[in-house]
Amino acid sequence: MTPVIQASQLSIDYKLGKGWANVINDVTLGVEPLEIHGLVGESGSGKSTLALALMNYLADNARISNGEVLLDGSNLIGKSADEMRKIWGHDLNLVPQDPLASLNPSYTIGNQIAEITRLHEGLPRREAWNRAVEMLRQVKIADPEDVVKRYPHQLSGGMQQRVTIAMALSTQPRLLVLDEPTTALDVTTQAIILDLFRELIHDNQAAAVYVSHDLGTVAQLCDRVTVLYAGEVMETADVHELFAQPLHPYTAGLLASLPRLTEGTETRLFTIEGIAPSLTERPPACVFEPRCPVALDICAQEKPPLEAVDGTGRRVRCHRWQEIRSGELEMQIMPQGEVTSAPPRRNQILKAEHINKRFGEVTLFDRLLRRDPSYVHAVDDASVSIQARSTLGLVGESGSGKTTLARCIVALNEADSGDIELCEMHISNKLKERSQETLRNLRMVFQNPNDALNPYQPVRQALERPLRLLSDPKLSEQEISQRVVDLLEAVRLTPEYAHRYPSELSGGEKQRIAIARAFAANPALVVADEPTSSLDVSVQAVILNLLKDLRAQHGASYLLISHDLDVIAYLADWIAVMYLGEIVEEGETMDVYDPPWHPYTEALLSAIPIPDPTQRQGAIRLEGEIPSARNIPHGCRFHTRCPRKIGDICEQQEPPWRDAGNGHFIRCHIPIDELIELQSGATNAQANEGNR
Amino acid sequence: MLQFLIRRILLLVVTMLITSVIIFALTQLLPGDVARLILGRDASETALNALREEFGLDEPVPVQYVNWLGGFITGDWGRSYSSGNPPVRPLILDRLSNSLRLMLMTLIISIPLSILLGVIAALRENTWIDNTISLVSLSVVGLPEFVTGLVLVNVFALGLGWFPATSLVSSNHQLGDWLRILFLPAITATFVLLGYVSRMTRAGVLEEIRKPYVRTARLKGLPQWKIIVKHVLRNGLLPTITVIAISIGWLIGGVVVIESVFNFPGLGALLVEAVKQKNLPLLQACVMVVIFFFAIANLVADLLYAVLNPRIRLQ
Repeated sequence: MTPVIQASQLSIDYKLGKGWANVINDVTLGVEPLEIHGLVGESGSGKSTLALALMNYLADNARISNGEVLLDGSNLIGKSADEMRKIWGHDLNLVPQDPLASLNPSYTIGNQIAEITRLHEGLPRREAWNRAVEMLRQVKIADPEDVVKRYPHQLSGGMQQRVTIAMALSTQPRLLVLDEPTTALDVTTQAIILDLFRELIHDNQAAAVYVSHDLGTVAQLCDRVTVLYAGEVMETADVHELFAQPLHPYTAGLLASLPRLTEGTETRLFTIEGIAPSLTERPPACVFEPRCPVALDICAQEKPPLEAVDGTGRRVRCHRWQEIRSGELEMQIMPQGEVTSAPPRRNQILKAEHINKRFGEVTLFDRLLRRDPSYVHAVDDASVSIQARSTLGLVGESGSGKTTLARCIVALNEADSGDIELCEMHISNKLKERSQETLRNLRMVFQNPNDALNPYQPVRQALERPLRLLSDPKLSEQEISQRVVDLLEAVRLTPEYAHRYPSELSGGEKQRIAIARAFAANPALVVADEPTSSLDVSVQAVILNLLKDLRAQHGASYLLISHDLDVIAYLADWIAVMYLGEIVEEGETMDVYDPPWHPYTEALLSAIPIPDPTQRQGAIRLEGEIPSARNIPHGCRFHTRCPRKIGDICEQQEPPWRDAGNGHFIRCHIPIDELIELQSGATNAQANEGNR
Repeated sequence: MLQFLIRRILLLVVTMLITSVIIFALTQLLPGDVARLILGRDASETALNALREEFGLDEPVPVQYVNWLGGFITGDWGRSYSSGNPPVRPLILDRLSNSLRLMLMTLIISIPLSILLGVIAALRENTWIDNTISLVSLSVVGLPEFVTGLVLVNVFALGLGWFPATSLVSSNHQLGDWLRILFLPAITATFVLLGYVSRMTRAGVLEEIRKPYVRTARLKGLPQWKIIVKHVLRNGLLPTITVIAISIGWLIGGVVVIESVFNFPGLGALLVEAVKQKNLPLLQACVMVVIFFFAIANLVADLLYAVLNPRIRLQ
């Protein structure tokens, strides 16, 4: 078959100062009709640049220095702007990463979709509008006649992404470029969007390039995969072959660094040492050599060619791939070492009971019209407790109130009501009324390390501050300097990092500093809000291992917030699942990951993309969006989306807490026995499907 | 949207009320006794008292305020202190119509010109074209109006004789006469506005053109002009609208210098006269009118903003 798109020996440079720096080097890649081709890499690997270059779309400061890109056999490189305008939108379409920013805020959905068919097919206004409605129906938007008249900001993230998909498909293009299309979405919405891609790309006889850093979604969606590192192809293979036996040490490392549900909490993750090279410091021979655990002398001297692996269309760029394939070279990719953590002591570090938090204020109009102001009820009577030396994982979609609950506990938001006890002492809900001792014992690590460090303060100052302000008894200058060095060592950084500024650190290093700062004053509890969600997979593994080690060394407890159930499973002993401000299930990790589940937990687990193409993700999908916290549904607040709703009772009565034993509680109208029956059936079906 | 409209109009009313209090209070603070100012130093105490009674100056200040405000709203804007005590309203309305003409002429010239320059500068960012536009528009802003005004008068009125040097306004002017009279003052005012509006447009376009939706438009295959006009300007011009609204208030009451260079009978000149004479009724009414237009211009800008920006309209 002739490929739809074929890039050959493609090299791209970026302008850097007065010279040019190479970002994409000698990439050869083909996508056949009906194929979904995964383009995997970490940030800085050049995957988005490459994907857009396949559309012959380059940034203003970029140039193609070598190679060609053939669309159905005709070279795109060198085509004039006028010629490209006939191809863009007609043969080549993009589904972008950030759908809201990628839609014009000032025009209706219909206008923006119709624009493309009016331009390329010359449809009259009315017909183009009807086609837009039709396209929205194709991407399974309920009530497309209404949505077509709306503006982008009136739709949820998932709906916005469906709109961009509808737009991209409306001219029946030859190739779709999907640039991290689900990164900004919740796992439940992501699962639905992936289903859509599978179905629609086939139906439309298109081919697709799927750019992602997420190996789970790649395994679930793609037919073939290309792994990119520092602008070069490391490996191209059929998805099953790649996940079954990676032939490049980098691919193997990436796969091994993923936390998986099935692993126990006692293991450590594999990590790839070092960080990816910057644009100007690419190693001249094998680009992965400095970080490669199995590098030889030759790897630093000679660039390995992209070699074909006998006849299968598989290609790999490594000097040692044959040894890896035959099994002669056994890579140390199994989890390294075990973490021995002391068994949880039974005293409670944190007890937060009946926490309530509403946002919103009474406006003048509310007063004049004597109406009830519309509050956002972010946290509704939530209670959590954490044992000494253990970790509570807090899970839920965005909008579930998990971050607000955590912020109430550390008093960054003041809870409207509720009692908080830390180390068995009552503490105030107001930050100002909390003692030095409380501040010292309760520290937070934020989601985005770039915003959490003062850019004008060197690392030393960031670490000294809590030591100076909170340490008891007061430390001498010498002790403080020593502690800074110890802290840096604890997060695996050398003492010279003390003098660096945040701009001189990578994302992962910044997060390590933020963690070191949280641990500076020996806290009893560290609240970590999505600590790895802004980091690359290989860096995430480093941070997760670090959190685990620090817990063992310092005897601290964690409140870990994450939307990623794999991350939670790796660290947490105890899990609480939140939905619309309320906790709907809690229990020990092992119990929560097996039936019986709250139907919401079941749906969350079902939506996880498993990084293994032989196992299909679960079949349960949550239709609709999480309701607004301004209008919380009556009865069980999950009834509007619940796949296991049993009847009117769900709409009328608040469900009771049901005891599943061993401290495992589920808030549902369905009795525990029935849940077990319903759900074990479901897991069997899932397993069978996986075995097919 | 209706709620938005009501809210804005209420806000306008409240603004006007508050400013009326401030204006009234401030004019009370001006030095000198009004009655003596009108009647002269030699006036007898009885004559002074009679005058105070006539103008209501013997009443307590709050009562004076209420009387004045009530009169202003019902259309009785009081009588001028100047000789003959003519009613204030026709005096002001006459000048206002001149000022409005000047404002309109200035906007017609300056808005398209400065937006065009701003867009060109943005599209040619950091090239010699951008630099030239920035340099020229900023240096004209830097020049005081009496300098640019006098240069224009010397070249185009006294030198070439294309336009009149002073503005002799009469009631039977035709459109052509008006255009000739207004042209030079409007150009002078345009020089002041050009820099602000074109820089604002340039910044707005540059901010929008880097956004992902512009990439979406490009990858649809749309031609460049359509991307700029339909997609970029629709969003990029929003901040410019606010700047233009603020300049409308300035054009009505603040172009005193331009009015005096061209001897133009506008509201600004009247305002200055009123201050000099401590002519309180005239001064108060003038300021109220200027502020009213200021507030209206802002209201219109807010509404326009909402119409153009669905994120505000459909909260």
